[in-house]
Amino acid sequence: MSELSTKVCIHIPTHLSAYTGGESQVMVGGATLGEALAELDQRFPGIRFRFITEQDEVREHMKVFVDREQVFDLHTPLGETSEIHIIAALSGG
Amino acid sequence: MASNGATIHQGEVALLLGTIKGGFVLRSSASRSQWKTEGPFYLGSKVHHMVLDPRDGKTMLMAARTGHLGPTVFRSTDAGKSWKEAEQPPAFPKAEEGKKGLSVDHVFWLTPGHASEPNVWYAGSSPQGLFRSEDGGATWQGVAGFNEHPDRIKWVGGEQDYTPDGGKMHSVIVSHADANHLYIGMSSGGVFESKDRGATWTPLNKGCAADFIPTPDPEYGHDPHCVQMSPVDANVLYQQNHCGIYRIDRPSNEWVRIGENMPKEVGDVGFPMTLHPRDVDSAWVFPMSALDVWPRVSPNGEAAAYVTRDGGKSWQRQDKGLPQEHGWLTVKRQCMAIDRCESAGLYFGTTGGEVWASLDEGESWQQIAQHLPHIYSVEVAEFAA
Repeated sequence: MSELSTKVCIHIPTHLSAYTGGESQVMVGGATLGEALAELDQRFPGIRFRFITEQDEVREHMKVFVDREQVFDLHTPLGETSEIHIIAALSGG
Repeated sequence: MASNGATIHQGEVALLLGTIKGGFVLRSSASRSQWKTEGPFYLGSKVHHMVLDPRDGKTMLMAARTGHLGPTVFRSTDAGKSWKEAEQPPAFPKAEEGKKGLSVDHVFWLTPGHASEPNVWYAGSSPQGLFRSEDGGATWQGVAGFNEHPDRIKWVGGEQDYTPDGGKMHSVIVSHADANHLYIGMSSGGVFESKDRGATWTPLNKGCAADFIPTPDPEYGHDPHCVQMSPVDANVLYQQNHCGIYRIDRPSNEWVRIGENMPKEVGDVGFPMTLHPRDVDSAWVFPMSALDVWPRVSPNGEAAAYVTRDGGKSWQRQDKGLPQEHGWLTVKRQCMAIDRCESAGLYFGTTGGEVWASLDEGESWQQIAQHLPHIYSVEVAEFAA
């Protein structure tokens, strides 16, 4: 895990708020997206697997943005002021 | 499922409904004449299967995902009063770097283990994978003998061989005579068996048609829709297949197409099949139209179940109470169930959110719920007192 002292903010969609006790923003540490999501899952067990597959891929109807740019790679580096948005994409029916 | 098929249940029963928008429970009065709807559980989740553990009468598992969120399993140990997510839901192993790995899209099927193994459960997934839990569904491990078998991809085929919302492993059967003897059904893939708890697998499809494959009499690649083991005799299995209705009497390795004895104007295509709890020769199907483009609704809009009382030599139509004009019902493979009462209760759920019941083994039918979401599965449950 990173030694970053500044924590990054993850914006949680309503679809996952049952895991965070209703919190829509969670502060976590991590030098990469993968590290941040690992901490998120440690604090809220099971949340990661609902939007990241066992092959470390973002699920079909979910999107992840780092600093407002859509990303697909968990190795994506984070800055000290990075923001992560987890978005539930359009999925009708 | 562990069987005590010879016994007769008395009193109320419940139906566990998996729907496209959540789980529901229908609870009957002692006479089964009144039904009360409870739920929804996990509103908005696609609940493919909800099952009560017959070994304790209070543990329930629910296979769920949502339109956005990935697959998981929810557990209740108090007969559905409270639920908790599995700590480790079914998942395939992470692929080596540079290789494409499998991801569970949804858990499609849940089966309690043998009566002698109280905490064991099995799960079948889409795409086709088999998973086992040895702690009552809290954590799941892949059955490597199937999931990681080098021929798995040959057995299940590619995406063009899959059903519209993904290939499925279903009808995971643990023989009530032997905890090590497993059967699975796959769409596509066919029926396979394992006599060593999933370590090795053998196709079991001889005698089954596979009209959608140009190869005559293929070893695998078939499309069983629903496979059932008789609660009375572990050597007798039936299946409703994409290409007919079949019975096999083990140790024979060849299925017999008992659907040839159905009325020709109805045919022998359908999704579900259910077996009598105490009579090895009684079984029910719910035929669907397989005209040119496969409408998959009751033939001619005249809804009916068909029963055999002689192991498939003959079939009788059972339509009293069911719509005979514009009754375009679709009943999916997990949507027909039977209870263990003296006069066995038959139940089916439709994609239109209706639940129908017969308390006289199919002789007459009544609607016991309507306006529910598209129903994926119906299971009978006998909750502990």
